[in-house]
Amino acid sequence: MSAGGTSDAELSTRELRDLRRLAAFMIPADARYGVPGADDETIFADIVLSLGRDAQAVRTALAMLQEIAGEDLHSLDAERAETAAMALLGRDDPVVKALGRAVLQCYYRDDRVLHSLGIEPLAPFPKGRALEQGDWSLLDAVRGRPQMWRDDREKGK
Amino acid sequence: MAVLADPDSDRPTDDIVDVLIIGAGASGAVVASSLAETRMNILCLEQGDWIKSSEFPTNGRDWEARRYADFDISPNRRKRDTDYPINDDNSIMKIANFNGVGGGTILFTAHYPRMHPSDFRVRTLDGVADDWPIDYWTLEPYFAENDRITGVAGLPGDPAYPPHEPTMPPVPLGKSGTRYAKAMNQLGWHWWPSDISVATTEYNGRAKCINLGHCTPGCAQGAKASVDITYWPQAIRARVELRTRCRVREITTNEHGMASGVVYYDPNGVERFQPAEMVILAANGIGTPRLLLNSASPHFPDGLANSSGFVGKNLMLHPWPQVAGYVEDELDGDRGPMTVMWSKQFYETDPSRDFVRGYTMQFNRGTGPVNEAITSMILGRLPWGRGHHRVYRELLYRRLQIGIACEDLPEEHNRVTLDPVLKDGHGIPAPKIDYTMSENTRRMMEHGIARATEILATAGAKNIGCSRTLLNSPGHLLGTARMGLDPARSVVNAWGRCHDVKNLFIVDGSIWVTSGGVNPTSTIQALALYIADNIKKRLATLFD
Repeated sequence: MSAGGTSDAELSTRELRDLRRLAAFMIPADARYGVPGADDETIFADIVLSLGRDAQAVRTALAMLQEIAGEDLHSLDAERAETAAMALLGRDDPVVKALGRAVLQCYYRDDRVLHSLGIEPLAPFPKGRALEQGDWSLLDAVRGRPQMWRDDREKGK
Repeated sequence: MAVLADPDSDRPTDDIVDVLIIGAGASGAVVASSLAETRMNILCLEQGDWIKSSEFPTNGRDWEARRYADFDISPNRRKRDTDYPINDDNSIMKIANFNGVGGGTILFTAHYPRMHPSDFRVRTLDGVADDWPIDYWTLEPYFAENDRITGVAGLPGDPAYPPHEPTMPPVPLGKSGTRYAKAMNQLGWHWWPSDISVATTEYNGRAKCINLGHCTPGCAQGAKASVDITYWPQAIRARVELRTRCRVREITTNEHGMASGVVYYDPNGVERFQPAEMVILAANGIGTPRLLLNSASPHFPDGLANSSGFVGKNLMLHPWPQVAGYVEDELDGDRGPMTVMWSKQFYETDPSRDFVRGYTMQFNRGTGPVNEAITSMILGRLPWGRGHHRVYRELLYRRLQIGIACEDLPEEHNRVTLDPVLKDGHGIPAPKIDYTMSENTRRMMEHGIARATEILATAGAKNIGCSRTLLNSPGHLLGTARMGLDPARSVVNAWGRCHDVKNLFIVDGSIWVTSGGVNPTSTIQALALYIADNIKKRLATLFD
C-alpha cells in the first residue's frame, strides 16, 4: 500500500499519521507486560494492510476524530491529542467499533503480544490444542433423576 | 450438458432431470443422499462454492479475524460474490447464514439437540400456536438414522431428554464444564453433556477433534459434521450431480400448474432453463420464501405455492441472549468445541412462570485472544488506554458464557418479503425481513438471563453482563412455509409436498410449525430424511 494513496481503498498520508497516533492511545506500549503499542511498526503495518471491510468505517472514524480535535491529531500536543482520542473512543458508534476491531484483530495476533500472554503464536491447525476431560463424577448428581421431558403419548401430559 | 429448445425463450435449456434440488445445505444434502438409491436422475443447484478444508480460517494466523470477514456469519458483511444481500434493517435480530456446499453447517457450532416430543404438540399441551401434523415418534427413526450418518458425540441417560444413543463419547467437560457443573449441582438444576456433531473418535473416515478452536468458522480438521463431508460424498458417489455457482432465479410452472423447472444463472452468468419432473426446495427459511415469491406468475400471482398467503410469514429466529462473567482462574478459552453442556431445567412449560414454553441453556467455553478483545470492547468491558493491558489479562481465558436458546412462537407479522429496491448480483430481488420479539419471548428471555446470572454468580464469576440480541443471531431461519393439514393455513402437507403444486417439495427449516428451544439442524435433517422416505414410498402416486 502506498502511504500517499487517496483511493477509496487506501488511507491518505494524513489519515495514516492520525491513525498511528490514535493507535498508540488505544493500546499503549507497556514495559510491565513487555508489550509494544498498537502503533508499533510491524503491528501498524498489519493494521493498515488488514483494514479490508472496515476501511471506510475507519476513514469515517478518523474524520470524526479530526472534527473532535479541531485539527489533525498529529499537530496536537500529547495531552490534547489523548483527550481527543478518548472522546472519539468513548462514542457508541458503529464506525468507532469497526476502528477498534481493525486494531484489536492485528494487535492480538502479534508474536510478541501472544508470547507475553503465554500463547504459542501458531495457527491452530494442524497442531491442535490439549483439552482436559474435567470431572465427570459431577454428573452422578444428575444421573437417575426423574424424567423431566414431557411424553406426549402419556394421557394427561 | 445438452442444449434443447426452450419454446418460451432463446435461453439455453439443459437436459430434463427427474429431481431438481435447490440448495446444497443441511437439508438439500440429506434429501439428495436419501433419494439417490431410487436411481432417479438427480441434480442439485447450489449458488455457492465448495469450501476446501485448506481454506478454513484455522489454517492461518489470521483465523480469528476471518470470522469478521470472509467467514462472517452475516452475508451483508461477508459479501462473497456467492452471497445475496438481506435487508434486515427492520429486524432486531440480524440474519446469519452461509451460502455454499454445506450451507449453514459450514458455520454452525455443531450443537446438535433434537426437538422434544412436546415441541410438536404446543397447541394440545400449552394452548398456543399450532400442533405439527407429525409427532416426535414419527421422526424418531429418522433422528437415529441422521445421528448415525452424521456422527454425534454425547451421552445417553439424560433425564430431561427423550431416550437416544449418541454414536460417540461426549466432548470433554474441561475446566469450563467442570466449573459450570459444580455450580449447577450446587443449585440443584439439571445439566448434561450436550449432543454435538463433532467426531470425538475417528468416525466414518473423519478425523477426531483436536480442539482447533471454536467450530463456528469451519473445521480444517474435518471433525465437525458439516454436510459437505458427511452426506454429500455419499450422494455424489451414488451419481447425484451437484453444480456449484448456479443461482436459481425462479421456479417455472406449466399450464397444469405443475413445476416445470427453474431459470438459473450458471457460473458464467448465463441465464439457463433447467427442466425437471420434480423440484425440491432446500434453500433455508429465507431463501425458500424469497424464491417462491420471486416465482409469481399469472397462474400464481401472489407467489408460487402461496394460495394460503403464508409464504414468508411466521418467521422464527430464536432470540439468543448471551450472559457472560469472568472468574479468577484460567479456563478452557477457545480450546475445544464451543459448547460443552446444556441445561433443560427450564425447557418445558411451567404454569407458575409468566410465559409459556421454555428454553435451553447452552454452556459455552470462552473464546480466543482476538475475539475476547473485540467482543469485550464492543460490550464496554475492555477499556482503551492505560488500563487496557491489565483488564485484558483479567478477561482472557477466564470467560464463562451461557446462551439462552429461546423458543419464539409463530407470528404472522414476522415475515420475509421481497425488497422493492435491493437486488443481488444477478439482479434478483433480495429478501426483506420484518421481525419483532413477542412479549412471551421477552419474558422468557429475561427469565433465562436472570437464571444464567444466578448460575455464573454461583460459579464464582464477577463482571457479569448480558448481550441481549445484537450480537447473537444464531442463523436459525424457520417457519416461513409452514407444514399443515389445512391448505388455507399452511404451505406444505405433512410430508413436505406443496398443497398448491404437487411436484414441488420443501425440506428446509421453512416448514417448521413452531421453533422449539433448540438448535434446529438435527431436526431439519431428520425431517428431510422423513420427507425423502415419503417420496420414495409414494413414487407411484407422488403427484396425485
